[in-house]
Amino acid sequence: MRLKYVMSEVMVGLWRNVTMTVAMIITMAVSLFMLGASGLIYTQVKDMKAYYYDKIEVAIFLKPEITDEQRSALEGALKSDPMVREVIYESKDEAFTKFQSMFADVPAVVDAVKPGQLPESFRVGLVNPEQYQQVREAYVGKDGVDQIIDQRNLLEKIFNILGSVQTGALVAASVMAIAALLLVGNTIQVAAYSKRREVAVMKLVGASNWFIQAPFVLEAVVAGLIGAILGFGLLAVGKIVLLDGSLQDLTDLLTPLSWGKVLIMLPLMALAGTVVSSVTAWVTLRFYLRV
Amino acid sequence: MIQLEHVTKTYPKASRPSLDEVSVGIEKGEFVFFIGPSGSGKSTIIKLLLHEVTPNRGRVHVNGRDVTAMRSWKIPAFRRQIGCVFQDFRLLPNRTAYENVAFALEVIGKTKAVARRVVPEVLELVGLGGKEHRYPHELSGGEQQRVAVARAFVNRPLILLADEPTGNLDPDTSIEIMRLLDRINRTGTTVVMVTHDSNIVNQMRRRVIEIESGRIVRDQARGVYG
Repeated sequence: MRLKYVMSEVMVGLWRNVTMTVAMIITMAVSLFMLGASGLIYTQVKDMKAYYYDKIEVAIFLKPEITDEQRSALEGALKSDPMVREVIYESKDEAFTKFQSMFADVPAVVDAVKPGQLPESFRVGLVNPEQYQQVREAYVGKDGVDQIIDQRNLLEKIFNILGSVQTGALVAASVMAIAALLLVGNTIQVAAYSKRREVAVMKLVGASNWFIQAPFVLEAVVAGLIGAILGFGLLAVGKIVLLDGSLQDLTDLLTPLSWGKVLIMLPLMALAGTVVSSVTAWVTLRFYLRV
Repeated sequence: MIQLEHVTKTYPKASRPSLDEVSVGIEKGEFVFFIGPSGSGKSTIIKLLLHEVTPNRGRVHVNGRDVTAMRSWKIPAFRRQIGCVFQDFRLLPNRTAYENVAFALEVIGKTKAVARRVVPEVLELVGLGGKEHRYPHELSGGEQQRVAVARAFVNRPLILLADEPTGNLDPDTSIEIMRLLDRINRTGTTVVMVTHDSNIVNQMRRRVIEIESGRIVRDQARGVYG
């Protein structure tokens, strides 16, 4: 009986102030969509780092005048280094062959370079790619070492872009969340005002506080849940239209985004939506319905 | 039943206290009038007894419990032992007489079945038999106040507080409401009534406590308005 009473109060409350309810749900949906998107970018960047960092290597280019002793000393040092996972030696010839195949469709470039012009190098895979700086410092001054280049720098740029997209989404999510909070607070105040007579009588005859507050809090929770579902819908549409659609080429570069990962965002968004809206509603009521 | 010990209540921004060192005791089953001019502090007593306001100094005991020290989550259960009637009736306009009384039961967790059994009984008691399904705007002022009394009494409270219950009623209707309160008092319910209706006080010949500027100036067992 009491549950039925509370639920019917919730529905009546949401419907009575339907324009406000819609505004609340829309802001909530957009905010949670941004939150979900930034969550997805975060996991995506993490995946990509794990995927690409395993494959990239540090290239230690050697000076043309390097002696055999220097080369074998360097190789020995690299092979016994605990930070190093593997070492591959690339001779001038190998470098040239690789170069030829890389630029096979641009013969002018290939013709301009003669065998022996490209430097020999050690291709070094690291146990932990984050330790690049330490590896660099250990070898940069060694005899025969010319330049040390980390392929990570290139990837880092991509990750920085993705990172700023994620930060942007988070900022937008927070701004929208503030708007959603204010709307929830306002909606609850309007609801409490329109039911002020009932609330006064309930307080007078000794209805418990939770019984007085539950319909209002649930109103906000229902709105938060609907917002989360709509926000998730936006996320799904975004995946279909953007990632699987017009940005298909980019998607091949990025690690694939599975539906499983997108689906995980639904409970997260629903949780964020309900917690935020119910806490706001409850706090509003603490001020508005003083016992 | 009700004990006020040296109670002082000053509202924020008020220049002088509404109640100043007031001490009074009311026994179970008594019928007490608090009288005095507007602003004398008599309505503050009702608010103190309901724990709507807390005193700055002194203690308020109701039914053996210290209201001043009561935790806020205990207030709802405490209020279920107290019925309350006001000058402006405070009925819900979109509910019938029956629904108004039933609402008070349902929001404290009583089932609809209990309401179906108890509400017609109490409406009969207040003399509204046959008018259960009228809305407040279809009832006269006196009848609306009877609904309010029925709502206050439906839980069989130990104490009935009445804040100027006849303030909006004509003299004849007022006397009918007083008869009703008298009957409720005879069931053993303590009745505390705040009023400045001299006719009623003079007719009832019950205990009269007069308050002026926040102090008790008279406490008479079978008093008149004076």
